Amino acid sequence: MSTPDPAVSLEEQIDRWRGYLRRRQAVHSADVAELEDHLREQVAVLADAGLATDEAFLVAVKRMGNLDALSREFAREHSDRLWKQLVVVPSDSGEPRVRARTDAIVVFCLAVVAALTVKAPALFGIQLDQDAGFYARNVGLFVLPLLTGYFVWKRRIGTGTLRWLVLAFVAAGVIANVYPFGGDLGGYTEVLTALHLPIALWLVVGVAYAGGRWGEVGGRMDFIRFSGELFIYYVLIALGGGVLTAFMAMIFQAIGIDVEPFFESWLLPCGALGAVVVASWLVEAKQSVIENMAPVLTRLFTPFFAAVLVMFLGTLLWTGRGVDIGRNALIAFDLLLVVVLGLLLYSVSARDPRSPAGAFDVVQVVLVVSALLADAVALWAIAARITEFGFTPNRVAALGENVILLVNLAWSAVLYIRFLRGRGSFTDLERWQTNYLPAYAVWAAIVVIAFPPVFGYI
Amino acid sequence: MGEIMEINKDLIAASSTPIVLAILAEEDSYGYAILKRVTELSGGRMEWTDGMLYPVLHRLERLGHIEARWEVAESGRRRKYYSITPGGLAQLAEEHRQWQAVDATLRGIWQALYLPIPAGHPSAAPLPQGG
Repeated sequence: MSTPDPAVSLEEQIDRWRGYLRRRQAVHSADVAELEDHLREQVAVLADAGLATDEAFLVAVKRMGNLDALSREFAREHSDRLWKQLVVVPSDSGEPRVRARTDAIVVFCLAVVAALTVKAPALFGIQLDQDAGFYARNVGLFVLPLLTGYFVWKRRIGTGTLRWLVLAFVAAGVIANVYPFGGDLGGYTEVLTALHLPIALWLVVGVAYAGGRWGEVGGRMDFIRFSGELFIYYVLIALGGGVLTAFMAMIFQAIGIDVEPFFESWLLPCGALGAVVVASWLVEAKQSVIENMAPVLTRLFTPFFAAVLVMFLGTLLWTGRGVDIGRNALIAFDLLLVVVLGLLLYSVSARDPRSPAGAFDVVQVVLVVSALLADAVALWAIAARITEFGFTPNRVAALGENVILLVNLAWSAVLYIRFLRGRGSFTDLERWQTNYLPAYAVWAAIVVIAFPPVFGYI
Repeated sequence: MGEIMEINKDLIAASSTPIVLAILAEEDSYGYAILKRVTELSGGRMEWTDGMLYPVLHRLERLGHIEARWEVAESGRRRKYYSITPGGLAQLAEEHRQWQAVDATLRGIWQALYLPIPAGHPSAAPLPQGG
């Protein structure tokens, strides 16, 4: 081993050794620190005895014992560590602990603020049960600015970007509230605004989430991963909340008190919004600790969805049935494309771009292509009858979404097939998906901004 | 220094608890110093694989026999010190009783067999200077 500068090389060697040890799941960072202290003392003693530092290092490492055997011993002693635990506040003392605690306090405060924000309009006489339209249109605005604020604080976003984020939320607030909607969710455009505003604003959250990395494929991919995990955590929290509510209703029923008014006006709205902040924080805290669930579910369900779609197409061909297009068929096929896109996106997000094409990639392509064919059949049938149905705002919005998803999936299929045939790299597909993210938000923004005036606020 | 004797793994595992507890009963200590003390006490005959001490320490900590705390050593590095607890002292007394019983049994049988004790054994030769 050539060692030009012994002092530097010892630090480098210890660094490498530490890195090697850190990869062991059963050996925590506190243990690594303890072992490193031992190693350094051993090296110092051996060096005092006349050994060169690199020799001393080798002897000390050898005396430490085989790392595999050592981590096995650690695993036997700390078997719980093989089940990756989510430690929100690490038990080691020092700076990370302080930071994690500050983080937890900030998140708790933000969640409380989010929960209270939804009750604030009631102070001005806007009640949840009477002004459902107001609450539906503003649902994103109650919590997403706070979530964005959390990431602005966490990622230390500069005032240049911050100005745009604030501007986006202010504009959203103005548009959601100055248009003369009916206010009772009776009109198409009001419902469309309520549905599409959070989608458009989610991109603003993404810019804050990615910090300065929004321009990079990696930054956007992280945001995609974050969104998937957040969805899963949110569903889990909602299930827990459901159980809590059920018990609450049951035990209070026993003493003759009806909790439904409290549930409807406090627990559900406050909990639903606070949970967004809490779930985001959990995803942030656990990202390197627990395996991501979205890719696991994707792996599980991609083959099933592919099989169902292939069977559907096969049956269609075999029986020669026409597609019976009802009024809501377009929305159903939109949702199908969303699910297929989700399956594609989360398997892309978890795949190592360098690994060669495998059987799962073929299944993925079958899924995408069969979804495209199914959607094409549906679009064909809809196109024939669209004049008969008329161009309502709902139908135009759904059609636009269908086109956006179709374009994405069609080009994804092309890129994927190229990759399978060895003519392109997997990174192309990744880049296509991450570059496409703004398209969804732009369409959602168009629906929010342009549809109500164009369609006369119906 | 005496020759390094290969001691059976099971024997090392069984003796590690009383040895570590006894060393910590003398005074609070940390991993490297504990190993140094073991080498000293055994005259270099008991060589533990350094790393293996730590899972033992963590087990004793989990059982409540010892307690750990982080301190900054004179070298400026953070170091994990261990100290024995009242529960650990009780455990040490119990281990002492058991090992004495084992020792007495073995002594009896060695004498009955007139087995020659090889030179270099602590009981046959003056204690070598360890370290």
